[in-house]
Amino acid sequence: MSAAPRPERLATSAGDRARSADDGTVADLLERARVIARDVAAVYAVEVDREARFPAECLAALKREGLLSAVVPRSLGGAGLSLGEVATICTILGRACASSAMIYAMHVIQVESIVNHRGDVPELDDYLRAVVREQRLIASVTSEVGAGGDLRRSITHVASEPDGGFRLEKAATTSSYCEHADDLLLSARRSADAAPNDQVLVLLPRGDFELHDVGDWNTLGMRGTCSPPARVVGRGADWQILPTPFRDVAAATMVPTSHTLWAAVWLGLAEDACDRARRHLQAKSRKDPDACAMAASRLATLATRLGSMRAMLDRELAVYEARARTDAEAAAEPAAVLATNDLKIAVSEGIVDVVHGAMQVIGIEAYKNEGPLSLGRHLRDAHSAALMINNDRIRSTNADLLLVYKGGLARERA
Amino acid sequence: MAERSEIEAGVREVLGARGKLPVGIDTVGAQDSLYDAGMTSHATVKVMLGLENRFDVEFPDELLQRSVFDQVATIADAIEKLLAEQ
Repeated sequence: MSAAPRPERLATSAGDRARSADDGTVADLLERARVIARDVAAVYAVEVDREARFPAECLAALKREGLLSAVVPRSLGGAGLSLGEVATICTILGRACASSAMIYAMHVIQVESIVNHRGDVPELDDYLRAVVREQRLIASVTSEVGAGGDLRRSITHVASEPDGGFRLEKAATTSSYCEHADDLLLSARRSADAAPNDQVLVLLPRGDFELHDVGDWNTLGMRGTCSPPARVVGRGADWQILPTPFRDVAAATMVPTSHTLWAAVWLGLAEDACDRARRHLQAKSRKDPDACAMAASRLATLATRLGSMRAMLDRELAVYEARARTDAEAAAEPAAVLATNDLKIAVSEGIVDVVHGAMQVIGIEAYKNEGPLSLGRHLRDAHSAALMINNDRIRSTNADLLLVYKGGLARERA
Repeated sequence: MAERSEIEAGVREVLGARGKLPVGIDTVGAQDSLYDAGMTSHATVKVMLGLENRFDVEFPDELLQRSVFDQVATIADAIEKLLAEQ
């Protein structure tokens, strides 16, 4: 590992208090993300991966620098960043530590879901102000034992209490960083007699939930996300149930922001692999300019592949920005769903090819588990991408849609 | 042209065969939400195909909206419109 730069630099520039990001420009926030990526995320990435432990240092730095409220609107004290701007942060972090970047992306998806679908509930406004003030980390609990990986199906339900409020209990197959989060956002059926897809999202701030039967997390990659199975027991007041049905939250926000921000993380990971290959080739070529024509040609092919994936991501980010944030109807149009699913499939599969290609460019130094050119972690992390919402499920959705889609453009693409 | 009642009956027939609702289609009112009754997006596609076959129509992209397939009544409206255009 290279010599660790001084994480203290961050502490002095940020001070002790968690600060709101609204005093900084977008460029300032991106610069803070770059410093965190270089001085914290990259420094601990190997250790986080080896020990399959939560990247506490990176998340503490993101909190200190106010990045956890990047997408909270300015009117509530946040920085009001666009999805494209926060995707850039995800890529910056993804180049340094994909686990840290994925945790950040997942948190942003939860915040964005609350921002877009909080309706007129004043307590949810107050909650978002608290996210800014206290830089609260939100984890998602959408998976469920028995639901077969289907986001849009729940078994557990919200149980109303006779004197107001609710209780619920959910067995999650994966509970990403829940043990380290301040708050949870959990999907469940609306009531005991609701259909499996008649779901709501429930906010459970710390103190309103307990985690039981937390299982093991020893995976091939993305080891720092700490996503073991767990049983969540929660309770709360009615305002904690988001007013928008989950089907609309999923269509308008959760699915498109997941596919874009995950892609941003994955592209960061693949870009770092290509950077290592490029640096390796440059060093070799300086000694003998003709020594690596084949490898250089291979690298050029990887760059083309990265560029086309990047273009797909930029397109989907632009589409998301052009659409009204609550317009589930437009987001559910076949052309829109096909395109956002295509992005997920193309990038999740493409990065495995790109990291593998970078490994071929570098050779044995990439295959070694240690050293500045090692790509083992990148390759293992990359293989998670096709499984986070299994590509087979997404492909089958697209296969369905292609049976009824007549080839027209979605509204925002016309 | 088909009567409205015939269209609704045909829509219910297709929903019953392909909607995979956890409840009987007869228990769902014309203006009740089919999604709330448990119709998934996967089943919605099968319903669309079944309707195109049953009524010999094609849903253009602008009608492939969740709001169109939310109720027996809204589906029947769309079929009625497509049949009128033929």
